[in-house]
Amino acid sequence: MSHVLSLLVEDKPGLLTRVAGLFARRGFNIESLAVGRSEIEGLSRITVVVDVEDTPLEQVTKQLNKLVNVIKVVELEPGGSVLRDHLLIKVKVDNVTRSQVLEAVGLFRASVVDVAAEALVIEVTGDRQKVEALLRLLEPYGIKELAQSGTLAIGRGPKSITERVFKN
Amino acid sequence: MSIIDSSPAQPAAGRAPEVLTGSGAVLRTLEHLGVKDVFGLPGGAIMPFYDELMASTAVRHILVRHEQGAGHAAEGYAAATGGLGVAIATSGPGATNLVTAIADAYMDSVPLLAITGQVFSTVMGTDAFQEVDIVGITMPITKHSFLVTRPEDVPATLVAAAHIATTGRPGPVLVDITKDAQQNSAPFIWPPKVDLPGYRPVTKAHGKQVVAAAQLIAESKRPVIYAGGGVGRAKASAELAEFAHLIGAPVVTTLMARGVFPDSDPLHLGMPGMHGAVPAVLALQESDLIIALGARFDDRVTGKVSEFAPSAKVIHVDIDPAEIGKIREAQVPIVGDVKDVLVDFTVAVRDAFASTKPDYTAWWSRLDKLRETYPLGFDEPTDGHLSPQRIIRRIGELTGPEGIYAAGVGQHQMWAAQFIKYERPNAWLNSGGAGTMGYGVPAAMGAKVAQPDRVVWAIDGDGCFQMTNQELATCAINNIPIKVAIINNSSLGMVRQWQTLFYDGRHSFTDLETGGGTRMIPDFVKLAEAYGALAIRVTKEEEIDPAIKLALETNDRPVVIDFIVSRDAMVWPMVPQGTGNSEVQYARDHAPAWDED
Repeated sequence: MSHVLSLLVEDKPGLLTRVAGLFARRGFNIESLAVGRSEIEGLSRITVVVDVEDTPLEQVTKQLNKLVNVIKVVELEPGGSVLRDHLLIKVKVDNVTRSQVLEAVGLFRASVVDVAAEALVIEVTGDRQKVEALLRLLEPYGIKELAQSGTLAIGRGPKSITERVFKN
Repeated sequence: MSIIDSSPAQPAAGRAPEVLTGSGAVLRTLEHLGVKDVFGLPGGAIMPFYDELMASTAVRHILVRHEQGAGHAAEGYAAATGGLGVAIATSGPGATNLVTAIADAYMDSVPLLAITGQVFSTVMGTDAFQEVDIVGITMPITKHSFLVTRPEDVPATLVAAAHIATTGRPGPVLVDITKDAQQNSAPFIWPPKVDLPGYRPVTKAHGKQVVAAAQLIAESKRPVIYAGGGVGRAKASAELAEFAHLIGAPVVTTLMARGVFPDSDPLHLGMPGMHGAVPAVLALQESDLIIALGARFDDRVTGKVSEFAPSAKVIHVDIDPAEIGKIREAQVPIVGDVKDVLVDFTVAVRDAFASTKPDYTAWWSRLDKLRETYPLGFDEPTDGHLSPQRIIRRIGELTGPEGIYAAGVGQHQMWAAQFIKYERPNAWLNSGGAGTMGYGVPAAMGAKVAQPDRVVWAIDGDGCFQMTNQELATCAINNIPIKVAIINNSSLGMVRQWQTLFYDGRHSFTDLETGGGTRMIPDFVKLAEAYGALAIRVTKEEEIDPAIKLALETNDRPVVIDFIVSRDAMVWPMVPQGTGNSEVQYARDHAPAWDED
């Protein structure tokens, strides 16, 4: 079962290795990983999606919490959070298929960010189901290249994970 | 906290801070941290620091013969005192030679500070001479590790490292310092500003959980206190004694915890686990409540986990939240410092007992029966060589509980855990989690440096001794008169025992030819004499006591006694690997059916 973990971490060299190492050590495969800044200077936010049962996940979460540079680990429940993937897709087109592809782009509220005679680069943001559906639709035209970000996630509602950290 | 808070403000107000080289700052910081002794060996990338160290009067440096020796010596130093141990090495192979000791300290929660030199920051990542990524290599086996590339970062980094190593669940921390960071200069500002927002160990237990624990204790009929190494690391022996006597429950002490509760105490049942005492093993197995204190349900204690203590509820106290529920579910999980938690427990249990005082009479009559039926014992060897168990027992009896005993790993380690009577914490040093052969001699050396007034024994095997005996030179030259008892059974004895029991007696590559009736290569007596030690060989029973007494009287140099023992002696009792603890084999007067020796 997939779990989404959100980590607030100090922006220090080697941090990503330490985090990834904890998963590797137990043989867990990371499905997706996104690293970037947070709203606080010096702190980064890592979003990890892992496919793992509940009990080993609890152990990994505790081990992550033990890392000196990790400040907070929370699991985000799909129902209570917003999850987004970001994709760039290079699709083969010709004079016949171009309009069909553009129609699909419009239906999915994606956008075309580069145009060439034989290909289009399409940018799309959405949850897992949406991007999967678009990919299925584009598949028959020929996907020449694909780049996908790790899943980004944030909890719904007014609270932030940093608030709880710096309260005490 | 102590390290960070107890910083004497040094530069007077209005005066510019002193400018020091990075290596000068390392030395000054160690002095401020109260470090008195360090173990190490210089090399290219750590030479600037060694140049500073030469002039130091506050920090004694002990030059080892191999960096692994420095690491284990620092571990022994830490384990004998409960304080911080420091090991120093150069880059590349110097640093990798520390790796085994660092892993060992990680498994046994030893506060170890490893300082390594690193190549110039300008050439890092270019495969420079003697360059290895030691921070990367040690990531999975350190509590934390730091790379320092600027001299101004030295004080704060070392203070943070020492703080992390010694607080919470103790462990090894590595600080890798580039040569340019050692050579360049910066103002030395003390105390440094240490910022560790992600490091906040919980020490105080949740009040509700303490009450819940007291309630379970009051309701229990067959409780056992399962004391682990954390009790020693938390310096909680006195609190444990008060707590145990308040409730009147039996206590078992794990391999890492030998001595945290006196062996002479009537509540003490001995060591649990694969080679535990039968009453200790079965007490856990039959209990209805396990009070786990700083213990981690190691596989050598539980045996087959699914069959471990099937009717027991568990109160699990540990300072490391990740240990709780890792192997065995806890009905009452408590994150906290064992010392503090035991104080809270004692208060809460007094309250709970005011209304219901449990009656453990039936439990104790069962346990007393087990003690009477299955005392620790051993078979006499039949091959004409000495009994290793008797020798180890005599060393303990003639030295007494104020001594320190460091063991290697294997049969002799188990016998030293079983047959020496421990009455105080920090008296028993061994490699429990990692099982590092070669730990004994350097750990004894470190312990003797830390506690020069105590008798320090290395109880070693002939295999272990050959891994780290080079530190006898360090001991002889630096006046560190340790005593080494080589329990020489001419083989890798524990492996041989398993081969005898589980591999049809096929003794594949376990014969070392050091013992009785062999070529004796090396001759340990000649070897020890070459190192400047007093060397004694003991082959007859009547020689045992005089040799031990001579060793105890000799304090002007190290002593090595080569005890020629039977290679067929086995460690009993034993729970075969992969079986439940109810299968414990007790083999005193009758060898088990599958014993063919």
